[in-house]
Amino acid sequence: MSTRNAELLMAVGMLVFSLGMMWNIHSDGLIIGWVPERGPGAGVWPFWLSLGMALCSVWTLVRWFKGTTAESRNQSPYIDPESLGLVVLSFVLLTAMIFLVKYIGTYLSVALFLGAYMRLIGRHSWSVTLSMMAGSIVFIYFLFEWQLAKYLPKGLPVFEDAFLWIDNFRWEYLM
Amino acid sequence: MLEIFSLLGDGLLQSFEPLNLFMIFAGCLAGLFIGAMPGLGSVNGVAILLPVTFLVPPTSAIIFLAALYYGAMYGGAISSITLGIPGASTAVATVFDGKPMARQGKADQALMAAAIASFIGGTVSIVMFTLFAPPLANLALKFGPQEEFALMILAFATFIGLGGDDIPKTIFSILLGLVMAAVGFDIISGKPRLIFFDLVEFQRGIGFLVLAIGIYGIGEMLWTIESTKGKVQVDTVKVTWTRFVSSLSRIKEYLMTTSLGAILGFFVGTLPAAGATPASLMSYGLAKTFSKDPDSFGKGNISGVAAPESANNAASTGSMLPMITLGIPGSPTTAILLGGMIIWGLRPGPLLFAEQPDFVWGLIGSMYVANFVTVVLNLAMIPIFVRVLAMPFSILTPIIFILCFVGVFATTDRMFDVWLMLALGLGGYFLRKLDYPVAPAVLAIVLGPLAERSMRQSLIGSRGDPFTFVNPAEHPIALACIIVALLLMLYPAYLSFRKKRAKKAVA
Repeated sequence: MSTRNAELLMAVGMLVFSLGMMWNIHSDGLIIGWVPERGPGAGVWPFWLSLGMALCSVWTLVRWFKGTTAESRNQSPYIDPESLGLVVLSFVLLTAMIFLVKYIGTYLSVALFLGAYMRLIGRHSWSVTLSMMAGSIVFIYFLFEWQLAKYLPKGLPVFEDAFLWIDNFRWEYLM
Repeated sequence: MLEIFSLLGDGLLQSFEPLNLFMIFAGCLAGLFIGAMPGLGSVNGVAILLPVTFLVPPTSAIIFLAALYYGAMYGGAISSITLGIPGASTAVATVFDGKPMARQGKADQALMAAAIASFIGGTVSIVMFTLFAPPLANLALKFGPQEEFALMILAFATFIGLGGDDIPKTIFSILLGLVMAAVGFDIISGKPRLIFFDLVEFQRGIGFLVLAIGIYGIGEMLWTIESTKGKVQVDTVKVTWTRFVSSLSRIKEYLMTTSLGAILGFFVGTLPAAGATPASLMSYGLAKTFSKDPDSFGKGNISGVAAPESANNAASTGSMLPMITLGIPGSPTTAILLGGMIIWGLRPGPLLFAEQPDFVWGLIGSMYVANFVTVVLNLAMIPIFVRVLAMPFSILTPIIFILCFVGVFATTDRMFDVWLMLALGLGGYFLRKLDYPVAPAVLAIVLGPLAERSMRQSLIGSRGDPFTFVNPAEHPIALACIIVALLLMLYPAYLSFRKKRAKKAVA
């Protein structure tokens, strides 16, 4: 997709988004007008500002048709084809990591993500990759679970139980 | 005046407490590193590391983040000079003369000048901060909701008038942030608003940190991956300590421009839309104008390295001034700090000076110490930093992604927010690629709830009179702010009108 087309698509998308928000406010029955002696109702702020967003999008569209903005004249690809694969792969790996948290827990998915990223994109050696994976688990556990006392998702019960064992060990011997 | 000295003394003592001193060291070090990495700047560092600071009390947390902010300003120069790529946008101007100096084998002199200039810029601006902050906070104590609202309008107007980005896109970005801030329960009527797809999770609203980490963590990294193609070329630069020290004598060549740059940087930094990047470019221009040998700029003039570095450091301190005294952040980084203060349970605004003197003066005291610590750390560790820069991007990138994910989850305890961060990050990346500025949206989501509340409070207080904001008898300050805001908003229109007329005259 060229930058020119992306600009058009984005402006139309944002126009629809703004109108959608205005509809959302309206259908929720929020007051978008003036309440005598009290000033604006609850819907005034989001409704009229969304209208402003819609107008800005229309403004951008007008400028697109007139070819005023640099983007509307730019026929080069929207995302550099040389690095498109890299961007997509990074994003897919990141999404996979967040998706897997529900099943295998934070620690394993973080380590797998780091490992996959370093091997697939960085082509680092196994020894560097494995030590970084182990290091990330220890670091996150120490900082968030231990010092900040934050419970991070552990995934399915089998992984949850494994961490119970580690937590017990910490309470028993290290605190 | 005497009172300021005694409060400052308390603040200094506070910053020498072991924990705070450790925080200063850690912050400066982290900042130097983050600033030096191409693609990462203070705003990314502060956004990504904010969740980690819940480990310590608010004063120590803000000391850490403020130290990181200065550190990043110093660090940006390292890659500007040694790699020829700015470590952060704030160090763009440093490349102009830093790169030629490095090519001529004078990288050590350039690095030294950058460090010394940063120190001078930092020190001058902190002294100015100490002098300006208490009277400004005192004045702000008289502010009611009308003045607060007018000030926020002024803050947003600076983006339109001085931001330099596409106008409709800038306004869109501001409005988007303001509308996103309205998601969740209305604070005055208690009604739920903008609950997208009827998802219960939206009732709690969209946290500013989710947006900030999404945009400055995920979105920015995707942008960096694309623009660097995952590779950063490092040319090793020979830097030794002995040559380093011997270049100290060149200080007199750039002392004058540095001091000018510091004062300029401080004032430019206080404007929300301006900040460190334009300040450093302006300072560079100023140094060139006043130079006896303007032709040598761009070819390795040492003042060309010193002037922008001094200004960007001063601007980072300057941007703290409106944040601490008025509750209006002077830069995206301070917008995130302000959001952090709300999470820590502090109420930003003029009352902060009266209610939390320990916090405010601890922070001010720490600025003095941090500035000193950064210059020492910087000078001592530059040869090491130059080597660290060779760290592969394919290790740094996943680590930042992981910190974004764990940081957001640790702050909000909801996987929903992690997904939202991912979506906002991707959206921010796409928008930014089309020249939609993202900083106004971040500022707007932080200020949005405060702006809406102050607007509605004013109107309720004046029994629904919309002219309460421009009533010269009751709210002269609000009126003045709104007039300046209007002028700022009309400024781009005036510029384009003048350009058109000039074109016609030529034709």
